[in-house]
Amino acid sequence: MSFLEVKDLRVHFPTDDGLVKSVDGLSFHLDRGKTLGIVGESGSGKSVTSLSIMGLHKAGTARISGEIFLDGQELVGATPDEVRALRGKRMAMIFQDPLSAMHPFYTVGHQIIEAYRVHNQVSKQVARKHAIEMLDRVGIPQPDRRVDAYPHQFSGGMRQRAMIAMALSCDPDLLIADEPTTALDVTVQAQILDLIRDLQREFNSAVIIITHDLGVVAELADDIQVMYAGRAIEYGTAEDIFDRPQHPYTWGLLGSMPRIDQERTERLIPIKGTPPSLINVPSGCAFHPRCNYASLTGGASESEVPELLDIGDGHRVACHLTAEQRRKSWETDIKPKL
Amino acid sequence: MSATETDTSITPPAVGEELLAVTNLKKHFPIRHGLLQRETGAVRAVDGLDFTVTRGETLSLVGESGCGKTTTGRLLTRLLEPTDGKIVLEGRDISHLRDGAMRPLRRDIQMIFQDPYGSLNPRHTVGKIVGAPFKLQNVKTEHGVKKAVQELLELVGLSPEHYNRYPHEFSGGQRQRIGIARTLAVRPKLIVADEPVSALDVSIQAQVVNLLEDLQDEFDLTYVMIAHDLSVVRHVSDRVAVMYLGKIVELADRVSLYEKPMHPYTVALLSAVPVPDTKRKGKQERIRLQGDVPSPINPPPACRFHTRCWKAQELCKTVEPPLIQLGPGHQTACHFPENATPEQEKTARDAAAKS
Repeated sequence: MSFLEVKDLRVHFPTDDGLVKSVDGLSFHLDRGKTLGIVGESGSGKSVTSLSIMGLHKAGTARISGEIFLDGQELVGATPDEVRALRGKRMAMIFQDPLSAMHPFYTVGHQIIEAYRVHNQVSKQVARKHAIEMLDRVGIPQPDRRVDAYPHQFSGGMRQRAMIAMALSCDPDLLIADEPTTALDVTVQAQILDLIRDLQREFNSAVIIITHDLGVVAELADDIQVMYAGRAIEYGTAEDIFDRPQHPYTWGLLGSMPRIDQERTERLIPIKGTPPSLINVPSGCAFHPRCNYASLTGGASESEVPELLDIGDGHRVACHLTAEQRRKSWETDIKPKL
Repeated sequence: MSATETDTSITPPAVGEELLAVTNLKKHFPIRHGLLQRETGAVRAVDGLDFTVTRGETLSLVGESGCGKTTTGRLLTRLLEPTDGKIVLEGRDISHLRDGAMRPLRRDIQMIFQDPYGSLNPRHTVGKIVGAPFKLQNVKTEHGVKKAVQELLELVGLSPEHYNRYPHEFSGGQRQRIGIARTLAVRPKLIVADEPVSALDVSIQAQVVNLLEDLQDEFDLTYVMIAHDLSVVRHVSDRVAVMYLGKIVELADRVSLYEKPMHPYTVALLSAVPVPDTKRKGKQERIRLQGDVPSPINPPPACRFHTRCWKAQELCKTVEPPLIQLGPGHQTACHFPENATPEQEKTARDAAAKS
């Protein structure tokens, strides 16, 4: 069994307008020392997935079913106390916006110390020393002074570093980074990505990085899961996804993305239409109304939900097109235009 | 800079002629303290910009947060009053025009905003939003405002039936299209687009980028694009100006800037962007800039980048490098440019000696 196992996870939110199926049958696993990138557009269920792993959905508003095992321990249905014992200690999360993820009223040090002392029986002095060490580790200058600063006294990049320090203060085995660099400038983003990579190597933790930036996943992730409307539609190594993508939606993402490393030749190839509502997810393959190849499947994509099937070496895709159709479309229609 | 024509009012508009010229543009926001609100300092958001915009081109302003790119956009649209310097639109100095004198000129300069949620009035229908410019500018339309608005909606890829709908019924990408339709209503000569696609999902972003390009081809639009996403900038721009702490450090055509960046800051900026190419994973040579951007209240003396620059020497701390032409259409403000020929290095040294 892998370190993290997610099996047939479903997270549904009942609302006045109907049932929002944010995550609808998601399975994946992750080993220690590996990085999984989850990519997808807004509403694809990336963040909802990570919040369910962390046990951060409010009981009563979300209906969660399926199984999540962290090192063999079942998280779905665990009591709040059980999850609280793990959160921060075994698993931790870095949020997109550090200003709203940190408490404005307490010093940065106070917040790190508090998190550390919840899980470790140590004196305040020892915890404070540890907090200073962590701030130093993530590259904050003058950590012994900065430990007493308030979040608003930090710049965006420093706040994100402080949050990483807080997340890592108990050496978690699983680190979830939800859009960790989206709010940051590009030079700071580079610093933070380097930091996450270095720290992962040091602690041999499992990392899930959630982002919409394909550049970021290409750089950090070993495996990539592409999500659409609450389901995984393609899963593979970074090389699989970038060099041999199989799903028309993945092609669409690659075609939509301007390149910084190449002079432009053609127009961008956007995906037509807009992401679907999660209350009325299209029948069959949720992507079919936006897919240029849906007509090739003979109506199957409108009536049947495609299964996520292994096409060799762990590269999995959920698409009704035949392997030959996919190969031909990628080689002739998409690849030359990227 | 390229040869500029002095009088643009006589010649008919044509692609390639100067539309906008900015000289020594400055905007300082005063900081006041105490009972008497004495001015104790200033945020030098924009601190001396010189550039021109040619008709039909896309000039992008890039840089990190706090570099003054948005303030520049607001100065160009005269939503802010410049502290110093000149903005000349088609030969007419608009830098200090009063509201009344500015109003007819607002037809010529329009803006596309970043946030498609905040920039549309939630209580107005799409028809009212897109039709507002006609009313405000007293534009006479041939078949009535409604028809004109519906044509605009079609032009930006929406349906004429959307006329009576409200903004909340639309997705982010569609709202951005509504904003673009409103911008186009008065057929502006210059469009300042402040991060027009950064709030959008990647597939929608591509749709809007393509739309902006199509509209530019169709109406000979001129864009000043303010953006931080260097990949998008490479895709849409003709020329790119890189800003750092309120100054332009490099201004060049797209190809030259991305292939042969000369200012160390540009080099660092470009190297920091993660490339979606797994073959380069871990191999990408990256220049790690230390620390954060200094405060624009108290910018470092001389070259403002010297506190974070790996090439900085004594000279950089004492003499400010002027923005000089080092290659054809390639201006750089650096004493020790990257990717430079010995000749270009000498030009940079001579310029330093002179100033």
